[in-house]
Amino acid sequence: MCGIVGLHLRDPEWYPRLGRLLAAMLGQVAERGPDSAGVAVYGDRRRCPEGYAAVSVLNAPPGLADAVSGIGRYSDQYHSQVLVAEAGATTVVAAPMTPAELVDAVRAAAPEALVVGSGSDVTVYKGIGAPGRLAGVYDLVNAQGWQGLGHTRMATESAITPAGCHPFSVGPDQCLVHNGSFANHATIRRELIAEGAVFDSENDSEVGARFVASRLAAAEDLDQALRGLCERFDGFYTLLVTSADGFAVVRDAIACKPAIIAETEAWVAMASEFRALAELPGIDSARIYEPEPERVYAWLR
Amino acid sequence: MAPLIHGLIPEVTDRLADDLVYTVDLATSSVRELNAELHAPTAGHYQVRNPRGAHAIAAGLRHPITVDVQGHAGYYCAGMNQHAEITVRGSAGVGVAENMMSGTVRVRGDASQSAGATGHGGLLVIEGSASMRCGISMKGIDIVVGGDVGPMSAFMAQAGRLVICGDAGDGLGDSIYEARLYVRGSVGELGADCVPKPMRPEHHAELAELLTAAGLTHDPTEFRRYGSARRLYHFTAHNSY
Repeated sequence: MCGIVGLHLRDPEWYPRLGRLLAAMLGQVAERGPDSAGVAVYGDRRRCPEGYAAVSVLNAPPGLADAVSGIGRYSDQYHSQVLVAEAGATTVVAAPMTPAELVDAVRAAAPEALVVGSGSDVTVYKGIGAPGRLAGVYDLVNAQGWQGLGHTRMATESAITPAGCHPFSVGPDQCLVHNGSFANHATIRRELIAEGAVFDSENDSEVGARFVASRLAAAEDLDQALRGLCERFDGFYTLLVTSADGFAVVRDAIACKPAIIAETEAWVAMASEFRALAELPGIDSARIYEPEPERVYAWLR
Repeated sequence: MAPLIHGLIPEVTDRLADDLVYTVDLATSSVRELNAELHAPTAGHYQVRNPRGAHAIAAGLRHPITVDVQGHAGYYCAGMNQHAEITVRGSAGVGVAENMMSGTVRVRGDASQSAGATGHGGLLVIEGSASMRCGISMKGIDIVVGGDVGPMSAFMAQAGRLVICGDAGDGLGDSIYEARLYVRGSVGELGADCVPKPMRPEHHAELAELLTAAGLTHDPTEFRRYGSARRLYHFTAHNSY
């Protein structure tokens, strides 16, 4: 199965409630993916302050903050400004640098750690176990921001590990969550590796995320990148892809993996099942529909 | 006090002339407890509160009881129904009334994918719209949809009637056998071997009956009929590779 939830807020007055709403949505898809759960939150300035980058890391060694601030030219300037927050398997490092600089600093300071998310807006959390417990570990209920997504995983293609948990965040402020399985991911993985991509897991969904990231890096927008994905990928998929610009949903040509979208003037929500949307304030007057096969639905900020 | 049934204490909310109405609140009872009661009913009428999209509500019923689901239902609601009359006062998830044998299922809101899939009999009414694959592999069920149906509806439909008061998405009736499809609105691209067919008096008559049964007042002459061209029944040389 796997469960997907996403919430894109149009009305800034709703930003303080993002985490509370998203946590309730995630709880409704817990049964669809009991082995792991990940979330990403956009615009929570307590997790990634203005002017900072946030990098999410698995296998972080003790003393990562000191190690990061001890790297190169950041040593004196930023020592007291490196923030480290542990949330289960995920450690979030934030510092007043660009995301690329901070990723380099983290990798240099902790070569054994795996970077699973980076950006100046997004904070990514991944872990294995029951989704309800993980939502607590991530303090999701207190998250604020303009956009967020969550995924509960029932593993089919690769092992149950924090690295195999969704979302896959492989470009700056980008996230992809997937329900389904790609059939030709090994072929596309080889092509992307030939182009220089480096993979973190054996997961088929990571191939989709790397593909989208390569298209976005080539200056395509979310709509173009996902139409390209539909042309190139075989298999089953409902995808929710987010970036610093917005939020997009696409399903394969057969569309047997579920998806439902609800829109109001205040928010756009997407989930695997209606039950995840049922408690959203305003749902009774929302425009509710199931996305059609191979049509990209995108909402930009 | 109501008797203890399957570990569940239904609240007796009303006493009809010759029957009882039981209320089961899914905020405090499990779907398993609800269905155990409905499978061996001790009342004639049931109300289900706080369904909140739970799966398999009122699945596998075999008695002529009524079940009023007061909210949104999740996957496989009223699946395999025989004899019961089930109403969902909200939307229904994937596979509502799948493999229904008899009885009536009415969804006041919209239905997700595969509504009425493989159904053998009975009547499924969706007052709103149905998503993709409505009536897939239907085998004798009657389905009336007040709004639109999504792509690939009536795929491999074998028998029964599907009435669509709104529009139908692409691929309607792909690989259809002998089911009859009535559409009032527009149809996207027709599926393989599905073709328009003339509306004869018997078709107007059966459509009028179905609309009346569903509680709809559309004029049967506004509908067009679609069915199988019967070109895929037999293997032919041009189907080989």
